[in-house]
Amino acid sequence: MSILIDENTTFIIQGITGREAVSMTREVLDYGSKVIGGVTPGRKGRNVHGVPVEDTVRAFTERERVDASVVAVPPAFATDAVFEAIEAGIKLVIIVTERIPRKQVAQFVEYADQHGARIIGPNCLGVISPGKSRVGGVGGAAESTRRAFQPGVVGVMSRSGGMTVEISNALSEAGLGISTAVSIGGDAIIGSTYAELMPLFDADPATKGIAIYSEPGGQAEAQLADYMRSSGSNLPVVAFMAGRFMDAMPGMRFGHAGTIVEGRADTTAEKIERMEAAGIRVAERIEDIPRFLKERIG
Amino acid sequence: MRLYEFEAKEVLRRARVPLPKSVMARTPEEAETAASEVGGPVVLKSQVLSGGRMKAGAIKFAEDGAGARAATAEILGITVNGQQSVGVLVEERRDVAQEYYAAVTWDGRAKRPVIIFSDMGGIDIEEVAEQHPEHLSRTHFSNLAPLSDYQAKVAVSRVGVTGNDLGPLTRIVAALVKVFVERDMTLAEINPIGKLADGTFVALDSHMDMEQEARGTHADLLRSLGIPDEDTRMARPPTEFEIAGAKVNDADTRGVAGNITEFDGNLGLIIGAGGGSLTLFDAVRAAGGNPANYCEIGGNPSVAKAAALTKLVLSKPGVDKIAVMMNVVSNTRADMMARGIVKGVIEAGYDPAEKIAIFRIPGSWEEEGFAILRKYGVEFVDRSVSMHEAAARAVAKMAGT
Repeated sequence: MSILIDENTTFIIQGITGREAVSMTREVLDYGSKVIGGVTPGRKGRNVHGVPVEDTVRAFTERERVDASVVAVPPAFATDAVFEAIEAGIKLVIIVTERIPRKQVAQFVEYADQHGARIIGPNCLGVISPGKSRVGGVGGAAESTRRAFQPGVVGVMSRSGGMTVEISNALSEAGLGISTAVSIGGDAIIGSTYAELMPLFDADPATKGIAIYSEPGGQAEAQLADYMRSSGSNLPVVAFMAGRFMDAMPGMRFGHAGTIVEGRADTTAEKIERMEAAGIRVAERIEDIPRFLKERIG
Repeated sequence: MRLYEFEAKEVLRRARVPLPKSVMARTPEEAETAASEVGGPVVLKSQVLSGGRMKAGAIKFAEDGAGARAATAEILGITVNGQQSVGVLVEERRDVAQEYYAAVTWDGRAKRPVIIFSDMGGIDIEEVAEQHPEHLSRTHFSNLAPLSDYQAKVAVSRVGVTGNDLGPLTRIVAALVKVFVERDMTLAEINPIGKLADGTFVALDSHMDMEQEARGTHADLLRSLGIPDEDTRMARPPTEFEIAGAKVNDADTRGVAGNITEFDGNLGLIIGAGGGSLTLFDAVRAAGGNPANYCEIGGNPSVAKAAALTKLVLSKPGVDKIAVMMNVVSNTRADMMARGIVKGVIEAGYDPAEKIAIFRIPGSWEEEGFAILRKYGVEFVDRSVSMHEAAARAVAKMAGT
């Protein structure tokens, strides 16, 4: 089993003719994912590595089932693309684009809620269920992706796309493997937070433990701590906290847009304290994550 | 990016929020002129990007021009939480009957903006929230529905304000909401709003933060406030090294190779990307290393960009070696990074085998990358060596330098 996507998931890529999206198309095809089309206005009739291109999302949704869309358009066009996907009835929208102002993010997140759609991202690399499908560029070239993401029992959620791969790789090398890994995005407001994805992992029989990557800034870790206390979840959770050096440097900007510290509760020290109080084990090094999970999963 | 009080007040003035008369002064002489312009007793407030001005003695009172001049000379010499003053706002002194608090900010959990209002302004709002929750309201509003003044009215009314006070306070809060939404603020705060003896209201102090990502969208506003592009509004102004780093990144649009922050250590870091850089910087420090810089590379930057960043880091006095480390990469090509960084080291006049303490960029195109590194005798590791272990090896090599 897996969450969000499986071997039958069909999807399109909005902005498919962009440079990075063209490589992503090659990589997801090589991985065996069912990418059935792409959208770039004015490019109808072309193809990218054999994937047909249309001017609109509806051109696809009117003739076949489309489970998901990957939005990989420049920031100025991203909000429009997300609204188009939701309005066309797509229920899972994964937004790769970074640098979208949070007002616009909050607008399409609210619109998605009204339409029963789920958003992953923005500023993420996508979702992968090893051996089944990958929706988005997470992992890069197919061969390297297969090595880093081996099928297994750990659900991964990460505010950093790159660290999604790094942590999954460590779990794969340790023999635990991945059920589903979600690059949730590095922005201050994102479509799906740890706590919002946890019920899906709790309901997934393949998932036996959770690894998360977290950073300074925002309420996501506090929200996860609250979830772990109130939900009765049985999954062991191990968190890695990066950016500890930032606690001593208020007012400076490092890393993702979402790392901006806007209050005392946003610091790594405070987050670690809250998570530990809720039974989440916090790892100091990446290699400790599989070790701690093995102690609990057996 | 934080606005100074005088800038935030200019934004409020344009939004028709009533304000006390004030004039910005950069020198004691200007403050003297400003005080006579304003007329009567004045309050002199240091313009710094930090709270805690009163405690630091950076807010003073004067009865006339000569007093304003003397007080300003003192204020300009006071740093507040390490922040240098850029001037003094000379403002007419008003007798206040009651103080209110109003702010609009993002609630990251609800993913909506929230209006926070209190009839106990002027004091620490966190304290009001904890000790007098009935005096504080939180009112979320939609990002999709059209902005409407009733949301401000609800926020004000919820703490018990009614009668003749409800209208003017609603108008001030509604104007604040409009500024917050239209100008992509992450915080728009007026604290306090003062109710004067004659029953009218004025905004006495204001704090605004604009979202960094939206600076481009509001270039018109920033220009009209006299804020130049290179004014980063960080905790300290950028160093020459950091400005040079921004130029490297802006040289072409492919990927990121920059976001440099200067530190005073001897180990130069070429690290990436967003989360990887935070992890690796911590890892170097945990291993006892002294980083010369923080930086971020990612999103598949060009060979030229990686080379330019490498040369810049090596040009920093006191940098003995560089450590090149990333998480397992997806869209960045390990071979292009290897080529760019080796090129940068050679162009800076050094031997890559000697200058590069460790190279760890596993993932896409790593075999091609390893071939380049082998040719130049650079020590590299693959993904079987963890980020923390790679950082520790780089730090260990520094022991002999």
